[in-house]
Amino acid sequence: MIIEIGHYALVLALATALILSIVPVLGARRHDSAMMDVATIGSVTMFSLVAFSFGVLTYAHVVSDFSVQNVWENSHSLVPLIYKYSGVWGNHEGSMMLWLLILTLFSAVVAVFGRNLPETLKANVLAVQGWISVAFTLFILLTSNPFLRLDPAPAEGRDLNPVLQDVGLAIHPPLLYLGYVGFSVCFSFAVAALLEGRIDAAWARWVRPWTLAAWTFLTLGIAMGSYWAYYELGWGGWWFWDPVENASFMPWLAGTALLHSALVMEKREALKIWTVLLAILTFSLSLMGTFLVRSGVLTSVHAFASDPSRGIFILCILLIFIGGALSLFAFRAPRLSAGGLFAPISREGALVVNNLILTVACGTVLTGTLYPLLLETLTGDKISVGPPFFNMTFGLLMAPLIVIVPFGPLLAWKRGDLLGALQRLYVVAGLAFVAALIFFYIEHGGPVLSVLGLAAGLFLVLGAVADLWYRAGIGKVSGSVAWRRLTGLPRSAFGTALAHAGLGITVLGIVAVTTFQTEHVIEMKPGQTVDAGGYSLNFDGMQPGRGPNYTEDRGHFTVRRAGVAVADTWSAKRLYTARQMPTTEAGILTFGLSQLYVSLGDATKDGGIVVRIWWKPFILCIWGGALIMAFGGFVSLSDRRLRVGAPRRKAKPATPAMEPAE
Amino acid sequence: MMRRLLLAFALLLMTAPAFAVNPDEVLADPALEARARALSAELRCMVCQNQSIDDSNADLAKDLRLLVRERITDGDSDEAVLNYIVSRYGEFVLLKPRFSVKTALLWGAPALLVLTGGLSLLLFARKRAGKPTGSKLTADEQARLSELLKK
Repeated sequence: MIIEIGHYALVLALATALILSIVPVLGARRHDSAMMDVATIGSVTMFSLVAFSFGVLTYAHVVSDFSVQNVWENSHSLVPLIYKYSGVWGNHEGSMMLWLLILTLFSAVVAVFGRNLPETLKANVLAVQGWISVAFTLFILLTSNPFLRLDPAPAEGRDLNPVLQDVGLAIHPPLLYLGYVGFSVCFSFAVAALLEGRIDAAWARWVRPWTLAAWTFLTLGIAMGSYWAYYELGWGGWWFWDPVENASFMPWLAGTALLHSALVMEKREALKIWTVLLAILTFSLSLMGTFLVRSGVLTSVHAFASDPSRGIFILCILLIFIGGALSLFAFRAPRLSAGGLFAPISREGALVVNNLILTVACGTVLTGTLYPLLLETLTGDKISVGPPFFNMTFGLLMAPLIVIVPFGPLLAWKRGDLLGALQRLYVVAGLAFVAALIFFYIEHGGPVLSVLGLAAGLFLVLGAVADLWYRAGIGKVSGSVAWRRLTGLPRSAFGTALAHAGLGITVLGIVAVTTFQTEHVIEMKPGQTVDAGGYSLNFDGMQPGRGPNYTEDRGHFTVRRAGVAVADTWSAKRLYTARQMPTTEAGILTFGLSQLYVSLGDATKDGGIVVRIWWKPFILCIWGGALIMAFGGFVSLSDRRLRVGAPRRKAKPATPAMEPAE
Repeated sequence: MMRRLLLAFALLLMTAPAFAVNPDEVLADPALEARARALSAELRCMVCQNQSIDDSNADLAKDLRLLVRERITDGDSDEAVLNYIVSRYGEFVLLKPRFSVKTALLWGAPALLVLTGGLSLLLFARKRAGKPTGSKLTADEQARLSELLKK
């Protein structure tokens, strides 16, 4: 019964979404406050209904109600409790429910906290959110209903895909969706602005916290996904340029560009039309990601939910929303008043270059992802576009971006002083290069070219420090004044510095791992020892084991440094009994920022086993850098000038020498 | 200098590894083995989803890895090995598609996009020059502004 109520709540949510889609828009045209108020109450109601419906589905999973088809297909009574919860979105139907839940959550948050938005803008924004909600609720109800029953109810479920039985599933999709769907708010703001035919700096100020929040979550989601793939898939890779990874990476690139262009728009009233277009494109890429993952048009390791009929439905949603928004843009954009002008050498100028490079990078990834598909459709020729293509093109595009990032914050708005910035960064670049040389000397063994990559990463980190350093005037004014200045800097200045430094740390990690990593593929028998990364690993032997829903063969390894045992680890090959599906559980040991990664291969005829051991120096920098970037996002978000609901600046006694911040 | 830097960076990123090679496949000569590994990373495992033969545990991938090593020990150049494999399995096997008429747009995409972006930037800047900037005020805001100015 409860299942049917959940289903019914979803139907009611559709009805609410339909009202929400129409009434506030009409209200905004007629300046009818009562009609516009429907937006607020409607959004909250819609969220409550979807949340209830989602709760019911969760309940069905937790109590293992196998009369529900979705639970039967994707759960098992023996699955640990946490995976019963996270298993709710470990399948197509459930993940669409999560998508919708987050979408309506964002609507409700805009409704509740957007009190100081202009009445018509708020009504229009929430209505556009309503349109998206209608499309996705319809999609769920018509093609992916999670509330379908089975009669008679099976006694046991078919188990959650073993690869998904991991904490990663509890964290990665919600974060990723908070990012993906968060951009829907920017999209709705853009469409609402086009509907009203008016856009100004205030609009940018309202949109920026949403962009920032979505970007922060997406950063965390992608990083988490990458780390999950790294430890779960058992071959030590952390980024595969898989179409689905690209699908999440493209909105990130566009979103990063949006974050920076909204900044220019807020501060300088320039790049308005571009910012609106970028807001539309960013969410369009999120939608396209959803389509690519679920339609099965591209082969991918994530293809857990592909079904062509669903694909066509999502393709229609995609065409309607992207096509509609872009047509609206084409009609209305010329009417939007043009933005301001600026000198090429200025912070705006640097941000335009940032936007150019990020957009081109995004376009390149898009081309690479879709090209095989288009070529096959048009000519029937099958080609592959894989990591070698992406590494090369994307790497070439990112290199200049990395070099200009530290310049941006050092240039002033309107008219920057390139020579001044160069003089300031001269020292930074020198320090970065020397540090890279030292690093290279200590690690030794990699290609000499890696020094340049390391220096680029360090340049970003030191450049971010230098930005704060110069703003506080350290060395030019007395210590106490500098301290006052530093603490008086707006939080967004620290956010910027953290995000840029985080990027540098990620670059460092990537360069260090790709160039200094060592690998051993050997056949080992109990008692044998291998040296890797300055440690020696002793294989102690295999042992059978069993978990709640799997059996495993696990090998024990003792790690010694200079003869002293410092750590030990298990590396296992598992067999999940319900699906008879094997997985590898790598043994991972962390030493500082580096890791030893031990993965088991096949057993050999003479009683040994193939063991793959990698020494991954500084690999944690890759994800650590992403965490720092996201932390920078949160710090920026906490800046009171950006805080949702507090767009107006409080008159505060000006801190001496406070520079305009981003 | 800049170009060399770019190239260096590209070279750095080109070697992202992940492996499924077995000990019995490894060639005795480390130089030849390194070449085999580099080539393997550019070849697609035909029965897998987006994995190179270097990453894959599939039998077909193993066969291909052995084939690559066989050709290399027979003295083939990298180019010859790739040609041989493409002649047997088609262009689909290459993860880095070759430049041809079919892939011109793919390889040209970054350059084309940069050019388009740069040109439109220039055009917009030209068109915009000399025009008034900033957004127009609504009648309502204009009234409020003049009221404030009177004070």
